Amino acid sequence: MRSYRLTGASLAVLSALALGACATTGSTAGDSSSGAAAPKPREALAPGLDVAANPDPYPSTYAALPRENMAIVGATVLTGAGQKIDNGVVVVTDGRITAVGGAQTPVPAGHRVVDARGRFVTPGVIDTHSHLGVYPSPGVTGMSDGNEATSPNTAQVWAEHSLWPQDPGFNTARAGGVTTLQILPGSANLFGGRGVTVRNVPSITMQGMKFPGAPYGLKMACGENPSRVYGGRNSSPATGMGNMAGYRAAFIAAREYKARWDKWREDGQGSPPTRNLQLETLTGVLDGSILVQNHCYRADEMAMMMDLATEFGFRITAFHHAIEAYKLAPQLARAGICADMWTGWWGFKMEALDAIEANAAIVDAQPNSCAVIHSDDAQLTQRLNQEAAAALAAGRRIGMDIPEERAIAWITLNPARSLGIADQTGSLETGKRADVVIWSANPFSVYARADQVFIDGSLTFDRANPAYQPVSDFELGQPGFGIAAANVDQGAR
Amino acid sequence: MRLKSLILGAALPAILGALALTAPAAAQSLTAITGGRVLTGTSVIENGTVVIQNGRVVSVGTGPAPSGARVIDARGKTVTPGFVAVDSGLGGSEIGSVRGSDDLSNSANSISASFDVSYGLDPWSFTLPVARLGGVTRAVVTPSHAGGGGGAHAHDDSDFAGVGHAGLQSPGLFAGQAAIIDLGQGGEILVQPRVAMVAPFGEAGAGIAGGARGAQFVQFKETLAEVRLYARNRAAYDRAALRDLSLSRADLEALIPVVEGRMPLIVTVRRAADIRQVLRLAREEGVKIILDGAEEGWLVAEEIAAARVPVLLDVTNNLPSNLEMRAARMQNAAVLDAAGVVIAIKGAEGSTHRAREQRYNAGNAVSHGLPYAAAIRAITVNPARIFGMDGRFGELRPGAAADVVVWSGDPLEPLSLAEAVYIDGEEQPMTSRQFLLRDRYARPGTLPPAYSR
Repeated sequence: MRSYRLTGASLAVLSALALGACATTGSTAGDSSSGAAAPKPREALAPGLDVAANPDPYPSTYAALPRENMAIVGATVLTGAGQKIDNGVVVVTDGRITAVGGAQTPVPAGHRVVDARGRFVTPGVIDTHSHLGVYPSPGVTGMSDGNEATSPNTAQVWAEHSLWPQDPGFNTARAGGVTTLQILPGSANLFGGRGVTVRNVPSITMQGMKFPGAPYGLKMACGENPSRVYGGRNSSPATGMGNMAGYRAAFIAAREYKARWDKWREDGQGSPPTRNLQLETLTGVLDGSILVQNHCYRADEMAMMMDLATEFGFRITAFHHAIEAYKLAPQLARAGICADMWTGWWGFKMEALDAIEANAAIVDAQPNSCAVIHSDDAQLTQRLNQEAAAALAAGRRIGMDIPEERAIAWITLNPARSLGIADQTGSLETGKRADVVIWSANPFSVYARADQVFIDGSLTFDRANPAYQPVSDFELGQPGFGIAAANVDQGAR
Repeated sequence: MRLKSLILGAALPAILGALALTAPAAAQSLTAITGGRVLTGTSVIENGTVVIQNGRVVSVGTGPAPSGARVIDARGKTVTPGFVAVDSGLGGSEIGSVRGSDDLSNSANSISASFDVSYGLDPWSFTLPVARLGGVTRAVVTPSHAGGGGGAHAHDDSDFAGVGHAGLQSPGLFAGQAAIIDLGQGGEILVQPRVAMVAPFGEAGAGIAGGARGAQFVQFKETLAEVRLYARNRAAYDRAALRDLSLSRADLEALIPVVEGRMPLIVTVRRAADIRQVLRLAREEGVKIILDGAEEGWLVAEEIAAARVPVLLDVTNNLPSNLEMRAARMQNAAVLDAAGVVIAIKGAEGSTHRAREQRYNAGNAVSHGLPYAAAIRAITVNPARIFGMDGRFGELRPGAAADVVVWSGDPLEPLSLAEAVYIDGEEQPMTSRQFLLRDRYARPGTLPPAYSR
């Protein structure tokens, strides 16, 4: 960590990581610039004019819910890291996974034993593409905050500033096993703005959900949406080539902006550059601290985006809605780009025409691949396990021998990689955050329900206990409130 | 795991195995599907025998195959009737955003109730094979309108209200008439046109009438009065001796079966309060209705049951996507069924491209309290019954159309696959444009994929 070049927005991430670490290890962020060339002493800029002075201005205040140490025993464990353990034991201590193994795995004294015999245990589900909170329920006038569709480049906006934590969809997603989500701006723009990765815990504030230390994502969009939205206004981009020109112009400007700040930090001469939030986000992409999350359906467009990344010297972390990833699977794997996909969605527009159910299976078959199943939908996010099951079935239909312990990674470890948090969560491995789902049955079955959902070792949802079935402020006193339907309380709807 | 090995290895036998169950055969030949777990739609027969001939089911039972019959071995499999999609766009919409390929909606104010989707259906639509692979063999193709599809994708139609061109309603209160199709390859798919009329209520209906629900109900009643007036005075109308009416002649004609209670009206409505009002309206006007959506239906389940009104459900709607479905719950299907309401479960997102998810939706209803047998009914016999096709399809019973699907396992499970599909006794090809794409890219060759078929 200390060897990074500390320029521009990369400070934001390092500092955030340090802050995250603070919460658990007590280390300080004070020495985080020790690897950089020592800048010449000069007066600090006024507050807000230098990103380096406050790289994390809307910091996470997330704190785990009350928790106890425990050992989940007797279940079939799909670790997310490729293992299937029958009659397994998962030990959780201070919110972290401290042991995973077979029935002989010792349970530390004092740990509560959770009997999960006959059930399945997986890592918490991670949805890389969500608009919960920014396109919340109810989707009414006044609440539609997901697309700053006022300019093709709105890299300056941050989804977290639109996020309404009271969206009831967070609760239903959690009841479907979702413990982490990336909330993204919409796809009207070439650059839609920054996404934010959140812990799926009930919170009064956005900051209370923010995943400590998770890198920001930049939502970019290829294809029909930007050209339709802006072409429809007789402005650029109106075409695919207009899209490309728009990305290139933005990264040229970002390169120049970055160079100005780098120079000023280096020599301290003259006036500092004027801070520009749009270019600052793109600078974060250039220095690798902000991950490109690129809505891109078609294979030919993905290939051009990969060349664009080479042209300007940045990385694309994931293609979202990667309908045609199967046409480019070897290239994506070689470039280390995740393909975030649906299984069943197709045909709703031209660029979704060639969607196939076996997309994830074909992408996954490549060495070093990163196949992800995502939702983009408040309903589908509740059933990503079923979407993965349908993808698994499509792979098996063409004879691919994909074990369930591998396919579960499509909604756990691989999405964690897609968000740059695989060192924190996504699998049941020692040292990781204890994000755990106990399923009533095999999660690849339509009948499986998430019985209990743990986030950082804290029980956040319990299907059998209304005390652990949160409802949002919005839901209080609404029609049907407080009435059980088919003997099921609202919180487990 | 290398793609090439999977092509040359287990892949082809796995795929072809299902096909090899059955050599190509004419629909007329006597065929027995034996040894499977048969879900008839209303009952379960273990180790059952389904005999079909001349496009129809001959018998369903446990006996041996009749002599001379071609035998399909379904041991270890599950055999069901083909599923019946409701509120579907199959064959009527090819690509969602390409307006010219969508024949499910119409905005001319002289053709609203009279809009007849049956003329625009395309038997060669690439949506049909995809749905068929998901076990769907019949569909009620239904005109779309601004109030359809569930709250998450609700449209704003509020600027269309009022009286428009030529003094006619603009747009009309009615979205048009639904048709029943089969999904059989290569033939005439239209089974019956004009099986139901469609009208949005709630927010969408109010938007048509001017913005308020109270306006729509008044306009609706006024419209039905005009239809009755017209029906009694056709000759005067033709002499231009009748007062001006707010619908075109074609629309007035189309609504006569509705006001006479012969043609059901599919009412898209979500809020419990609106459901109650619609039930009363139907009673007062003598109109036979089918509720569509009914997300808050569970709050008034007993009233819906007492009115003997069936419901078409999107069971996955469990969020307050808008203010008329704040009580939406996954348990809606279970509550309605328990109250005695006849329910049909829809596919996803308009049952067009995602019609194949109907079976998963049924499974999710089961995991939220609906009995398994009721879930099977809700995708087979119930939709047939709701649209007056009781006994003609949607059920494995003697005399019904031989729409049969052989499944690798429980049909409600995503991991189960349809291995053989028969429609009117005709074995259907188990492929689709999607499968062709898949195979082209799963089997890379030395030449570009464009050279492969």
